[in-house]
Amino acid sequence: MTDMPSQTAAPRWLGLWPAAMLTLFFLAPFGIMLAVSVAHRDVSGFYEWGFEWDSYARFLSVFFAKVMAVSLSVSLAAAAICVLLGFPFTVFLSAMGHTAQTRILVVLLSVLALSEVIIGFSLSTLLSQTAGIGNLFHWLGLIPEPRAYTPSLFALIAGLCYIGFPFAVLVLYPPVSRLDPELIEAARVMGASGPRAFFGVIIPNLRGAIVGAFILVFVFTLGSYLLPQLLGRSEHWTLSVHITDQAIYQSNLPFAAAMSVFLMLVALALVGLASLAGRERGAA
Amino acid sequence: MTRTLKTTYVLIILALLLAPLVVVAAVSLNGPQTLRFPPVEPSSRWYGELFRQSEWLVPLRNSLVIAACAAALSVVIALPLALYVWQRRGVAAKALTGMGLAPFALPPVISALGFMIFWMTLGGYGQIYATIISHGVFLVTLPLVTISLGLKGIDPLLIEAARVMGGGRWVVFRTVILPLLIPYMVSGYAFAFVLSLNEYIIAYMVAGFTVETLPIKIFNALRYGYTPILAVVSVIFAGLSALIFGLIGRFGNLPRLLGAERITRD
Repeated sequence: MTDMPSQTAAPRWLGLWPAAMLTLFFLAPFGIMLAVSVAHRDVSGFYEWGFEWDSYARFLSVFFAKVMAVSLSVSLAAAAICVLLGFPFTVFLSAMGHTAQTRILVVLLSVLALSEVIIGFSLSTLLSQTAGIGNLFHWLGLIPEPRAYTPSLFALIAGLCYIGFPFAVLVLYPPVSRLDPELIEAARVMGASGPRAFFGVIIPNLRGAIVGAFILVFVFTLGSYLLPQLLGRSEHWTLSVHITDQAIYQSNLPFAAAMSVFLMLVALALVGLASLAGRERGAA
Repeated sequence: MTRTLKTTYVLIILALLLAPLVVVAAVSLNGPQTLRFPPVEPSSRWYGELFRQSEWLVPLRNSLVIAACAAALSVVIALPLALYVWQRRGVAAKALTGMGLAPFALPPVISALGFMIFWMTLGGYGQIYATIISHGVFLVTLPLVTISLGLKGIDPLLIEAARVMGGGRWVVFRTVILPLLIPYMVSGYAFAFVLSLNEYIIAYMVAGFTVETLPIKIFNALRYGYTPILAVVSVIFAGLSALIFGLIGRFGNLPRLLGAERITRD
């Protein structure tokens, strides 16, 4: 490794402290969770250590299949909308000046950081009967009576798009802003129109990044916990809600842990796919 | 597409993102205990109310203490991690980076359940320190990313020069590396602070019944009906996030922090 300096700036022992902290407080909780997922459920509320597949066997129920189908389809819809709207947004954003970019990024970050509970509250106010768009439509004469649009599947997907959109833009932002502007310039000089350059040059060049962003937004919205409760009906509850419900209100930690392990495997597989998709871009 | 059309598109989306917040800000000005838009008998009464009611002041204090300590902890873990991984390529470096990035790549409910079972087993369940440590570990990713970005920008020749002039590791770190890293540490701290302030599920599952944070308090209050005070808290939170990110944008290079390489300050 000739590009390395003669001596590294950080001594080797420096790695011990973060390694110890992350092993104790990140790996250990996962290990315990894995162990609990195969433990025996104790009806008194907790669990007895043991080894059985009972909690995993409950996955084979119609109920669980429904929960999975709802979680996946709701998140897929939200991720598709976010990337569809977010990609052109990011392309236009990255062509702006430094100050304009900074201001828009501040807005996006502020929205992204907002607690789900605040987003759920804001959206349910916006979609409510007394303060929301129902009023506006009534005032415009579109509907005879002001009405509420929440709780509903529409409200839930709108909420997931609201949290997913800034995330999609921030995931797309680095690859989009690194795309060589000369590439587009060349396409324009050769006579390609604006839309033609967009679909013929920008999109093919960033295909991997777009697929990667889609998967990451999908995983991100899959983790939403409060929005399904605030904006959806109980049949729209996602896996995240059921995990918490089992752990806290049904006191079934083994089943909650098993669902969590399952969700983690799904998420890890998807994140792996996303990074593969991102790498393909580099090879192209 | 022309420039005007592009700008319009961007502005329409920004307007959609801001619409719920504008409605909430307006609703927070209602005089009576109702959520009407446009507000009736506008007054700022609920803003004063928030700081008089201890049922809101305690969660507010909890949230601030947790966010301040957790963000500090995440920087304290991320800084040595970033320094260790920088200039190293072994298995250990890869594993450490992976562990530092993993909490953020997974749906948070997974980490939340992991932390909950962990603290139940160890006996910190329901304690404020459990929330602080859980948040600190969960948010390590943010300062790790910003500090690594800062290290990437340091010219190796600068360090080589300092070393040739006789500086030992500690001296080089203190006089060359650290001053260059401070802006990145500050923004990493700020990112972690804001996210901890707004985090719900981990705080709820680790100590939700004893240590109420503001998001937990809001969610609990929602069950008993919507009052303007919820709108007030939302406005303050949104304003605080905007202020912190605005400061980073004002004094740092936000586009570069978020991964743009081509951009220079104008």
